[in-house]
Amino acid sequence: MTKTPRPAVVLLGAQRFDPSLSAAVSELGVAGRIATITAGWQERESEDEELSAHLGDRTVNLRLHARGDELFREDPELRDAHRERQGSLRHRQDFYRIRLEHELEADRVIRSRAAPPEILAEQVQASLDGIRELDQWHLGLCARIRTEFETRWDLANRPAVMRHRREIAEILDGCEAIAIAGGHVATLINRLSVFGFADLVQHRTVFAWSAGAMAISDRVVLFHDSPPQGPGASEILDAGLGLIPGVVVLPEPEHRLHFDRKDRVQRLVRRFEPAICLALPARSRVTWRDGVFSSAHDVMQLRASGRAIPFAARSRKVTT
Amino acid sequence: MTTRLAIQKLLDGRTDPGRVQAFITGRMFPIVEGTSVTFVWVGHADTVQLRHWIYGLESSNALTRAPGTELWHLTLEIPSKSRVEYKYEIHRGGHSGWIEDPLNPNRARDPFGANSVLQSEGYEDPTWTNVDPIARPGLLEPFVFNSDLLGRRTGHLYLPARFRRSRQYPLLVVHDGSDYLKYAGMKTVLDNLIHRLEIPDVIVAFTDSPDRLREYANDERHARYLTEELVPDLARRFPLFDQPQGRCIMGASFGAVAAMSTAYRFPGFWGRLLVQSGSFAFTDIGTRNRRGPLFDRVVQFVNQYRAQPRAVSERVFVSCGVYESLIYENRSMVPLLSAAGMDVRFVESRDGHNWENWRDRLREGLSWLMPGPLMFIYE
Repeated sequence: MTKTPRPAVVLLGAQRFDPSLSAAVSELGVAGRIATITAGWQERESEDEELSAHLGDRTVNLRLHARGDELFREDPELRDAHRERQGSLRHRQDFYRIRLEHELEADRVIRSRAAPPEILAEQVQASLDGIRELDQWHLGLCARIRTEFETRWDLANRPAVMRHRREIAEILDGCEAIAIAGGHVATLINRLSVFGFADLVQHRTVFAWSAGAMAISDRVVLFHDSPPQGPGASEILDAGLGLIPGVVVLPEPEHRLHFDRKDRVQRLVRRFEPAICLALPARSRVTWRDGVFSSAHDVMQLRASGRAIPFAARSRKVTT
Repeated sequence: MTTRLAIQKLLDGRTDPGRVQAFITGRMFPIVEGTSVTFVWVGHADTVQLRHWIYGLESSNALTRAPGTELWHLTLEIPSKSRVEYKYEIHRGGHSGWIEDPLNPNRARDPFGANSVLQSEGYEDPTWTNVDPIARPGLLEPFVFNSDLLGRRTGHLYLPARFRRSRQYPLLVVHDGSDYLKYAGMKTVLDNLIHRLEIPDVIVAFTDSPDRLREYANDERHARYLTEELVPDLARRFPLFDQPQGRCIMGASFGAVAAMSTAYRFPGFWGRLLVQSGSFAFTDIGTRNRRGPLFDRVVQFVNQYRAQPRAVSERVFVSCGVYESLIYENRSMVPLLSAAGMDVRFVESRDGHNWENWRDRLREGLSWLMPGPLMFIYE
């Protein structure tokens, strides 16, 4: 039996100014209703008039943020457990960050040392391996904490969760595509996970931008080369929905990445290999279908050489 | 090739009132030419002195009168990115007085009045210190608190824009709160940093003391007032994030000593500590210090801490101006704090012991101690 290929996934850059979403929707010939997820906007979730108008007023907002609040009001036991889990994840993130900063600092010092090339190459590789191992360990830890939480609290079978999931599924039945907006990526991941979107998105075309695009990747990487408190370290937040495996999504590169810092670009790429690092500036987009990229507009790929070059999407198969 | 300074060009020619007037007109003062800074005052006087607060330079420098004119001038080498507050001391007919520089519109206010400000080459007013019309303003309200330990206390409470009871907020307690608001523009700074996602939405208690030199100098009652009375009261009334990393205490000068000694008395409670130009006076032998009796209790406290340093907080941000006499004390604190097991960041600036110096370091300090959601939000 042939496996039905999942419909296309379109990754886009920021849509706040001069949006390009409707062009992507037209290109794929999506004519039906579109379910929107603006949970990343948190309390401003419902302020989606511009988005709706941009898509020709054929959207229905799934209200995942508000649903989350309703769910926790209806099920205080789950709310408390969820809050505790979030606290625990935050704690782990903090400790991971402490370790990571030390690993990155060691890597920086090693790279700046004068040594015979073969020794230097060996040591640089060893420090990179250490960082990769730490990233992987943290990612695994987050996944384990989430799985344990879902099992322990029987998430999928709690009446309030079931009711919301059923309502969402009914709305999605009448929709041809899902559009996932940017915003707060942790909030987005949480809402998508609580309402079981790993399954719900499988059979629909998905348009996702900024944090939305990060949230559907398999590894969410937080990044900023120049935050106010000093040079930033990119860090793994958690796993996303895993719709586009093997891709690290980097939105807003024009504000967050220093493409001229070859060493930083290089390290970022090598850290997450064999995944590819795609920078999505405003107005950029690329379509992914069954492991193959096409129709790339203004997307940049970060390369191990330390350069960022236009992403040649045609028939680009992703290695996972 | 050395470029002749503007003042030199004036002095090399004929100095009559007309040329002096032309020299003054349309020019910014003091004249900044690379690292050479020329201070100018025009008027009738017997002598004119530049009075500044740069530790390391003579506190009084005489201006020279240009022959046949009433133009007084002095050129100093000031490193780039410096900020120097100053006044002119005018002596005339047996009288003297300190005045702000009438040729320089740039002023900094403090509890004692105002000073003129020299901004040397490369210094820029941080954009985040100016009111941003796009940034939603938080709410600032005065509060009164009746402390069992200290009696009636006053201050201001800041709630971030979009405050919601359903959320949890970190708490920041600020010593000399009214001065931080008035002279460091801290409400504007908070509004902007929150708007830029550089710090989280935060509740801020701007506290004041009617007797700061006594209460801020390692007074146990003060530490207990903040930790055992004020914070629990705020926690009852507001949804505070009840973890050490959700509690930050800060202050400048004696206020920094108060922040440090409060954290010291309640180790682990205040997870974040921000100390600016702390008056951390100490002695290496004996107890007599060069700063006078006001510092006796501070010296006692700092000596005690230096003898037995311990971790009092998780993260400490220390800043100090290199033009302050306290730079030595602050530099001395940093390795101690680090060795005690705290995560320490130390920042020096080319500035003095003043409110705009403390204002200019707030972004770096607060965003390091309490990072905002910048790393999480991708619009």
